[in-house]
Amino acid sequence: MALMLCFLFVHLVAFVYSNGDYQNDKLVSVTATIGMPWPLPQQYSSTPAVYTINRNVFKFRATDQSCDILESAFFRYQTIIFGYREKTLRFHPKLFLKAGSLTVLDVNVKSKCDRYPYLGMDESYNLTIGAAGATLNSNSVWGALRGIETFSQLVLQQNKDMFTVNGTTISDFPRFQHRGLLLDTSRHFLDVSVIKQNLLAMSQSKFNVFHWHIVDDQSFPYTSVEFPDMSSKGAYDSRHIYTQDQIAEIIEFARILGIRVIPEFDSPGHSQSWGKAIKDLLTKCYSGSQPNGQYGPINPSLESSYSFLSKFFAGVAKVFPDHYLHLGGDEVNFDCWKSNPNITAFMKQKSFGTNYVKLEEYYVQRLLDIIGGMNKGYMIWQEVVDNGAKISKEAIVEIYRNLAYMQDVYLTTLKGYRTVLQACWYLDLIKYGVQWQAFYACDPGNFNGTAAQKKLVIGGETCMWGEYVDNANVLSRTWPRASVVAERLWSAQSVNNANAAAPRLEEHRCRMIKRGFPAETVNGPGYCPQEYSIPV
Amino acid sequence: MVPPQLGTLGPGSQTYLHSYTAPSTDNLTVSTSPRLTCATVWGALRGLETFSQLIYNEGEESSLFINKTTIIDEPRFRYRGIMLDTARHFLPMPILLKNLDAMAYNKFNVFHWHIVDDQSFPYESVVFPSLSEKGAYSGKLIYTQEDIRHVIQYARLRGIRVVPEFDTPGHTQSWGEAFKSLLTPCWVDGKEGVAKPLFHGAYEIFDPSRESTFDFLQKFIGEVVEVFPDQYLHLGMDESYPSCWKSSPNITAFMKENNITTYVQLMQYYVTRVLDIVQSTNKSYVIWQDPIEEGTKASPDTIVEVWRGNSTVPWQNYMSEVSKHGYKTILASCWYLNYISYGQDWKKYYQCEPLNFTGTAEQYDNVIGGEVCMFAEYIDGTNLLSRLWPRASAVAERLWSRRDVKDVESAKFRLDQQRCRMLKRGIPAQPILDGYCGDYEFGFPGSNGIYETSEKRPRTPPAASSAAGVFLSLLSVTFISCFCFMV
Repeated sequence: MALMLCFLFVHLVAFVYSNGDYQNDKLVSVTATIGMPWPLPQQYSSTPAVYTINRNVFKFRATDQSCDILESAFFRYQTIIFGYREKTLRFHPKLFLKAGSLTVLDVNVKSKCDRYPYLGMDESYNLTIGAAGATLNSNSVWGALRGIETFSQLVLQQNKDMFTVNGTTISDFPRFQHRGLLLDTSRHFLDVSVIKQNLLAMSQSKFNVFHWHIVDDQSFPYTSVEFPDMSSKGAYDSRHIYTQDQIAEIIEFARILGIRVIPEFDSPGHSQSWGKAIKDLLTKCYSGSQPNGQYGPINPSLESSYSFLSKFFAGVAKVFPDHYLHLGGDEVNFDCWKSNPNITAFMKQKSFGTNYVKLEEYYVQRLLDIIGGMNKGYMIWQEVVDNGAKISKEAIVEIYRNLAYMQDVYLTTLKGYRTVLQACWYLDLIKYGVQWQAFYACDPGNFNGTAAQKKLVIGGETCMWGEYVDNANVLSRTWPRASVVAERLWSAQSVNNANAAAPRLEEHRCRMIKRGFPAETVNGPGYCPQEYSIPV
Repeated sequence: MVPPQLGTLGPGSQTYLHSYTAPSTDNLTVSTSPRLTCATVWGALRGLETFSQLIYNEGEESSLFINKTTIIDEPRFRYRGIMLDTARHFLPMPILLKNLDAMAYNKFNVFHWHIVDDQSFPYESVVFPSLSEKGAYSGKLIYTQEDIRHVIQYARLRGIRVVPEFDTPGHTQSWGEAFKSLLTPCWVDGKEGVAKPLFHGAYEIFDPSRESTFDFLQKFIGEVVEVFPDQYLHLGMDESYPSCWKSSPNITAFMKENNITTYVQLMQYYVTRVLDIVQSTNKSYVIWQDPIEEGTKASPDTIVEVWRGNSTVPWQNYMSEVSKHGYKTILASCWYLNYISYGQDWKKYYQCEPLNFTGTAEQYDNVIGGEVCMFAEYIDGTNLLSRLWPRASAVAERLWSRRDVKDVESAKFRLDQQRCRMLKRGIPAQPILDGYCGDYEFGFPGSNGIYETSEKRPRTPPAASSAAGVFLSLLSVTFISCFCFMV
């Protein structure tokens, strides 16, 4: 009977409260769970057995393969789990089956560590905490990283030195391979330390891709070794740039967290800031027979454009170790091209008629050939493929347009492209109230297609475009809402009940705050055991 | 001009900004012998803030400059407030204090502290300590008497009044944690203390049928008026939906005994008794518009806060109606900054003109200002400051500057500058336009704003300290004359 009560107690925490429910003793909207992971593992069960952990004695131990990534995780999680000293805690478990103490987590990585994370890496792991001890098994170091994060979420602090964890059995792997967050450092610059904070926050919900929309119309903060003028003329000012060293720092920081860095150099549109340094790169717009001083997308009719792109991207390819580069290709406005007589002549020469889609396709194909020649893969926005351009099946297509996006996923996979969904997860489009449930409900596999098509959907990304976001608010605006997308992309398709997830999300938010991240409120009135504050 | 009145309190001769201080006119001239002239110390504060905004540095240089300037200034409205809600989410002290700084940078002069509500009771009462012991979210999430004194003093030095709101009879679930008998038991099917989903909880809204309710309020208000030195106390009185009262046979009986025929009258009975209690302490009160709409009579110096308005009945209608009753009126309806949306919503806050309603000259005279409301269902220490600023700055200008200063296109660059200035001063004010703030991005060494990162960043001395140095030397050749009343 006592065992039954213990069992019930442990699962009591998954209670659900609706808004303003008067059955609470406090009118909090959602009461947080205690010691439950986010995102939810594929298979997860816990027992009432409670193991104590003394922070002064506990250690991680690599029992098979190891490397810098694993050692770094051991060091990092020591502080994450044990580093925050609580003076008094309100949680006093009434029923407490003390089953023994845990002094070590054995981490068993089967294969030799890879250096860099990559698309399709094995992130599976299983975690057992029981009478025989605590063991984490994984095929790769990436699985170990994911498993250690999960472990850190199960451990609870009881007092200054004493921590506890329940008997647990977890078998876990991600549903989708590509799970990304996009940040935009062109509309507003983001400090290197803010980017790192975001990477740490990402690792807490097992994101594995940082899609770095590094440049755009407004500013060019990327320092190109081959073309240094691009940043000296195109950045907002000399303080708003990323040096090569800083970029290497960010890539390294991400690598240690098992996060790929995919830079996006968007062209031919979204490239105003490129034109300040590179003469004749952008199309001159004409009014009548004269240039009017305005510039449009990159000029696709000049060979100089392609020799520039070749040299520029050769540099980029050396800087970013991931196999994939994002080449953009969205929102190309044809008006400027149409106004330019040299382009008109070029169109005639190429027999494109008046179909500017063909000109866009021509540009993209040439760009992809350049990149392909460097032995890199590429991601592109959906327009290129939507417009009917025939491009290599190697390209990964990203769906961002909001109208009928699942239809777009269907069509793109029908054409045989690997697809990444972003359209329903625009974090920058803020709204009053509980918004996260809509993000949770969006599912990239939710369309009528063949098994082959479904297999081509490799994942998704959530985006924080930078028009209204910078160092002052990017962290609170991104978190924990981005975590909601993380669960959608990691956990099983059947894990889709937002009401059931709410208490776990509430705990996840408070956990992020405890770890020093300003994860904002998402469920309405309530509180965290430690509230976020600022230095006095 | 009416001689300035300064409220004084207690033997310490501390001066507080009084609600009816005459407009703090100040003159500021910057030339070879800069001079700031003002009638009161409050004018001096506003003038110094203006002076601080005139100083700038050019590009990437470190020298500071100020142009030759002449300013004559005074606020259009004398009540310019920000309401924070510390009940739906607790706001830690550093956040409250930083917000007071931000308010001072924008010449706001009232901190309306919506300190308790249904969800939690973080106010540590001396007379009834169990209110926070039982009603706060947790033992750590409370405001001690010392915290409150700190806030009041911090505000005072910035010329900001602290007007606390203890909202009753509705919005009081958390009070019932300590004193169940304050709340009316609601009835369902002959059973007492039962909730009816979508209608009422098991217990809710203060019970006007018990004398104990008013005894309690007498003692509680007796304490509150000692703790908060401002002449005004906000009594709430909004959204007192009567469904619980309607369900209770005890209430029905009480009404019968006392010849109260409608629930509006019952509410009026409650309101009048509370207003009498406050009046007997010689304090005045601010109330939300609800009781006045229902015809309750309040004392002549009452301030009524208009909060209603939607697409069917715009706030202008409510302003017309409420200001007819002759009370001082403040507008909040169009300035609910907790209602976020994508894009440059500051423009609509900027363009909300408080006198843009149909009324007589006398009605317009009754409008003494307005407030930004930040109800905290979705706000806490993680996002309050970035969400409130610089959007609230748009309201600050609407309430201070002349009515004809209303063009958003010319305001936007000045607002962007104000935003960058606040970043420099350590307020994480969020962006309104694409672009950048030079040296002052939040977190840059040039900014006073720091955030905790897992890696310790070396904190270089902020540029502001050199600004302070220059300022002090400017001050040494500045002659500030203030004809200040120090009683």
